[in-house]
Amino acid sequence: MTQSWSWRITRVVLLLCFGLFFAVPLLALLNFSTKDTITKERTGAAWRALFDNPLMSEAIRTSLELAAITMVGMVVLLVPTMIWVRLQVPAATRLVEFLCLLPLTIPALVIVVGLDDVYAWVNYLIGDSALTLAFVYVVLVLPFSYRAIDAALSAIDSTTLAEAARSLGAGWFTVIARVIVPNIWQGVLNASFVTVALVLGEYTIASLLHYNTLQVAIVSLGKSDAPTSMAASLGTILLAFVLLVGLSLLDRRRHHTGRTS
Amino acid sequence: MDAIAAASTTAPRARPRRTSVAPWLGLLPFLLYVTIFLVWPTLSVVSGAFRSEDGGFTLERVRALTDETALRALRQSLYLSFSSAALGAVLGALLAYLIVTAPPNSLMRRTVTAVCGVLAQFGGVTLAFAWLATLGFNGLLTNLFADVLGTSGTGSTWLYELPGLILVYTYFQIPLMVIVFMPALEGLRPQWREAAVNLGASTFQYWIKVALPLLRPAFLGSALLLFANAFAAYATAAALISQGSFITPLLIRTSLTSEVVLGQKGLGFALALQMVVVVAIVMTAYALMLRRTARWLR
Repeated sequence: MTQSWSWRITRVVLLLCFGLFFAVPLLALLNFSTKDTITKERTGAAWRALFDNPLMSEAIRTSLELAAITMVGMVVLLVPTMIWVRLQVPAATRLVEFLCLLPLTIPALVIVVGLDDVYAWVNYLIGDSALTLAFVYVVLVLPFSYRAIDAALSAIDSTTLAEAARSLGAGWFTVIARVIVPNIWQGVLNASFVTVALVLGEYTIASLLHYNTLQVAIVSLGKSDAPTSMAASLGTILLAFVLLVGLSLLDRRRHHTGRTS
Repeated sequence: MDAIAAASTTAPRARPRRTSVAPWLGLLPFLLYVTIFLVWPTLSVVSGAFRSEDGGFTLERVRALTDETALRALRQSLYLSFSSAALGAVLGALLAYLIVTAPPNSLMRRTVTAVCGVLAQFGGVTLAFAWLATLGFNGLLTNLFADVLGTSGTGSTWLYELPGLILVYTYFQIPLMVIVFMPALEGLRPQWREAAVNLGASTFQYWIKVALPLLRPAFLGSALLLFANAFAAYATAAALISQGSFITPLLIRTSLTSEVVLGQKGLGFALALQMVVVVAIVMTAYALMLRRTARWLR
């Protein structure tokens, strides 16, 4: 396609404008988190405080644990269910899809308003811990995890694989855990990465249920120790970025092997 | 074993179609879980909106939505969602076009897509702080403007008001638009342009008569999704504005956390119900638009 010079220049200028718009606030975070508020000198104190400040380091630990528990919960709940639907109850496909995508229409803010009854029971049965948030986080990540796993499942012929394994005498547990899952691990990995990123960034439910997670600590430190909050904010979004770029690189490698094989 | 025996008597590829409920039992853990942690909370919001303090049925809580405070919050929320969705849709569509016209596997394109994914979905509190670090007290641009233009160094007060929210929301609406609108742009086939040009159309005519009518449902649908996204967003606004409740999500926060006024929790239920209704209407319209796009996409 022939492109005129004026279009090329417009294009570059526009891209630069977008780039500036998106980069400046993030650079401002970096600037703020590495500068002493009074002396204006460069310092790594705010980043060190992520581990030294007890409120912050405690919250980071809680959020990492929550991310791990939510990830395991999501995989245990969703993966066998989706495989089972595909193999044994195709009639339930629409129902499961609807339920998984429902959190897109019911905002987290609405869920937390109606969560009193359920969490009264959870706290009564399990105890009052920030880690109980994992129960509702599994629901929050359903839409994203569903799409990732569904894409992977659609790419393989699960019925034939299952029939082959069954005819060789495999039980259903073996079929799911040792035949299907190894073939869709890419999708499961995608879902797990997105889950971790979402849990580390979640604020709405944690703050309104009064649990001290990473994002809640960031907001509560915002007034007294802004640079530490800025450092933690930037750290969170960089981690999410690393997770997602890692995913796209993994995806690319898969496409490459797909082409050569 | 029964299944294998049954299969061997019929055609080899025909799977035994049992209509028993046994396979459905495998779905029980999932259905139970979703019922407890998603369906039950939603239903208790709906029932809570129609319940009086002593447990009976009442329209009092829903009627409270027509109070001046609640109505003003709804108006501001709709205004915020509409402005940020409109800005995000137009600018996001432009950015998506710039990306689509780049080579498909280029580093720029992959980076922009990944960055958009992060900013659109995982921003939340971080975005509020990013803009505080930019335009707030001692912020990057605040100090720069103070040095160069001699403006006040205390930061922009409008950042904590509606205009500030529109700016900050647009920051995550543009990436979301890129993500949801790009498939439609990628679906525009070069052959259609060639066909139009062969028939004597100018570039301008191609865009007005062919591309834009094709893209319109996808564009409007994406804009609706952006609207719902902004209407339901909470974290960014809550982190930016610690006091005050001039939009619906913040009014819900006030009603949940204030112990002072009795019956505030009731208003929270009603406001949450109102939010579900608005988002559900918008998302239904979005689904209808998506169906129209699906007709020619792929």
